[in-house]
Formats: sequence, structure tokens, C-alpha cells
Amino acid sequence: MKKNQTLENAIAAIPSGAVVMVGGFGNPGTPFSLINELVRQGQTDLTLIKNDANEPGHGLSRLIENGQVRKLITTHIGLNKGVIDLMNQGVLEVEFHPQGMLAEKIRTAGAGSFGFLTDIGIDSEITRPEDLLEWQGQTYKVEMALPADYALIHAAQADGLGNLLYQGSAINFSPLMAMAANHVIVETPDLGVPGRFKPEQVHTPGAFVDSVVPLESLTSDYGILEHHVRR
Amino acid sequence: MSAAERILSRAVSEIIPGSIVNLGIGLPTQVIHYLPDDFDVQIHSENGILGAWKQSAPEAMDPFLIDAAGAYVSLREGASLFDSAVSFAIIRRARLDLTMIGAFEVDALGNLANWKIPGKFSPGIGGAMELAQKTKRIVVLTTHTDKQGRPKILKNCRLPLTAKICVNRIISDLAVMDVAAQGLVVREKLVQISDADLQAQTEAELTFATRGAES
Repeated sequence: MKKNQTLENAIAAIPSGAVVMVGGFGNPGTPFSLINELVRQGQTDLTLIKNDANEPGHGLSRLIENGQVRKLITTHIGLNKGVIDLMNQGVLEVEFHPQGMLAEKIRTAGAGSFGFLTDIGIDSEITRPEDLLEWQGQTYKVEMALPADYALIHAAQADGLGNLLYQGSAINFSPLMAMAANHVIVETPDLGVPGRFKPEQVHTPGAFVDSVVPLESLTSDYGILEHHVRR
Repeated sequence: MSAAERILSRAVSEIIPGSIVNLGIGLPTQVIHYLPDDFDVQIHSENGILGAWKQSAPEAMDPFLIDAAGAYVSLREGASLFDSAVSFAIIRRARLDLTMIGAFEVDALGNLANWKIPGKFSPGIGGAMELAQKTKRIVVLTTHTDKQGRPKILKNCRLPLTAKICVNRIISDLAVMDVAAQGLVVREKLVQISDADLQAQTEAELTFATRGAES
């Protein structure tokens, strides 16, 4: 069961109009190589699901700046003034969710369920009357599961069966998205043979992964952002 | 001391030894640098860290380890790393003792608005709704007025709310105020300012029970 793919072939599976989840919270976990290839291939009319829009000129922001994105489902774009401007101009549709609700909607889809009940945001403007459910004397908000066609994931390490390990704060949404998308594409700078991981330490089991793209090295995209270094 | 330094150096004494604390994007994440190196606290960062600590030396800085605001952090002994669903389970199960959070507006009832200025600057909700709704104690860190000098501490918030009746204390660059049944009670002044001058910069009605820096 060989899942190795070239960067070009792995991304060529994605058609225009697809709903694509992208792992990462800020830089850590953002699959910059997969995103940059999607920019190069130029698929359009995409709906993207990611915690944030990265920062101008980097990662997800490149797809948005390149006009390939119809809608962004996200939690926070405060570090990307350019994307806020595109939203304000009506060029980009943006749907905001509370961060843990976005995670849980994705987790729920990944668990094969359809929704869950919550009280988060229940008396805020993000809740519409039709989202409310009365049940045994209590009022809840219904949050529906959020699946996707594709997920783009960065793993610190992988094996040829698609078993994945993440590192640092790069875990974030990745293991959830890897379960919630129908077709999961992973990039990793460290692809090894099956048996390299202690079985109980695997974060994402290979059953969820469709293709693994080995990266020769990590480009400067993955490095330290100087403007976030405290002097 | 700048306004930010006044807020931060007062904010740090809100942290009780042995507690679990979340620091929101903006001023609050900087509180970590005001803590003594051996201080007993676990900093939760909503991107999946319990036990985040101050930035490492340049050679040890890890590009795969940031806080929710993008700053490079290190890990303390005994830290744990986890996915976003687990991170917010910690928040929604009320396992945090304290969240310090920024505000566009805060009001006399303890309502908080910090995610949306319609048509102008809407950074988004991030973790704020869940933190504000579910943390045991919420302390807002904010400048007393905005860049145009207009009050940010209001009778009633006008912007879309992050959460209702959630704020326990407000620390501004001028004063420390508690949200009480009778409204905002000034506990401390952080600068030399008369009651009347402080009230003039505050839309909400203040009552005074102050110590420190009296005028």
C-alpha cells in the first residue's frame, strides 16, 4: 500500500470548486509546500477551512491574494490586514466560528457524526433562532459537523502507510482535519519506512491518509518569522 | 512607564501561584515576560499548549512552537502539547483559573466586545467566546481610552458582544476596576489622577474604593 506521491500529482487531484481543509495555526503546521503547489496549478473557486489566513504573502494568504478562493471558513484573521480588507470589500466571503467550535465541528465530522449541542455563543449575533434546540427543558445551540473534500496536512514525520506524527504547536487542527476530509494529502520532510514509530505514539493512523508527499527540505516559509521575535 | 507597561506590571500580580492561566492575543500574551522565572504557573495557549513559557535564546528558538499570537515560546518542565479539540475541551470544562483578555469595549455589566468592528476591523472570534464564557475569572487588560481618546469602558457595549456578563476585573493604564452589583468599583489608581478626571475618561459610572496613587 504505497502512498508516496509527487507534489504535482498529489495536488492535481484537487478540482476547482473543492472544499479544502488546511492544517496549521499561524505558521506551525501550515503545509506551505502543498499550498504553494496549489497556487502554481491555479485551481479556483475554492472554499478553504483553516484556523487563520497566515500572514500577507505566506501560506493560505497566497491563495487568497491570487484570487483562487471563494469562501474562507476560519476563526481569526487579525494578523492579516490584506485579507480583512478583501472581506470588507466583499471580494472574499468569510465565515467566522469560535475556535473550539470550529475544531469540534471538524472533529465531529471526523468521527462520522452529524452535529453536537453547545451553549457557546448562544446569546451572541453568530447564533440564529433556527440554530436553537429545546430539549428536556434546556435550550442548546446545534452545531453541525464540518466535513471537507480534501485536507492538506503537514506532518513532522510519516511512514509509507501514512501513519503521522506532529511536533510542537503544529498539532493544532491537523489530526482533526486528517479525519474529516474525504481525501487527505500530507507533506513531510521526514518520510520513513513502516515500523519506525512505536505504535502507541502514532498521532494519525494511516487509514485516514491517502497520499504522502516527501519534502526534500523545508524552505524559509517554515522558519522563524523575524517580526515575531521579541528583542 | 508607558501605558502598556503600567497595565502589564499591574496585571502580573493577578496570577495566583499554582493556577492555570490563558493569556489572550495582544497585551495579555506579554504578561508572561513580567513573571519571575521560577513562578509556579501553567500557561495555557489555545493553539495546544499547557506549560508555555518565555521565548528561548535565539539558537534554541523553535519555529514549530508559538503561542496563539504567533510569538515564539518555550516549554516548561511537565508541559503538554495537544490538538485544538483537546485545547478547547480544557477551556469549556472550566479547567482554567484565569483568562486575561483584550477588549475593544467593556461595560459596567461586565459585557465584553473584542471580535468585530463591523466594516472596519473584524479580526474574528478566535478563542475569545469560549474563554470569556467558560473561564472562572476574566480580567480585561485595555487602555482606558482608544487612540482618539474616546472611552472604551462604557455604560453598555455598542459593538457585537463576545460574551455577556463575563468580566470580573478591568485593568487599564489608569486604574483597576471591579465589576460589582452596583457597577464599576475603582480599587486602585495606577497614576496620579483625581476621581473626577478618571470619571471624565470613563463612560460607565464609577464608584471609588481606592488605595494607592491617590491624588
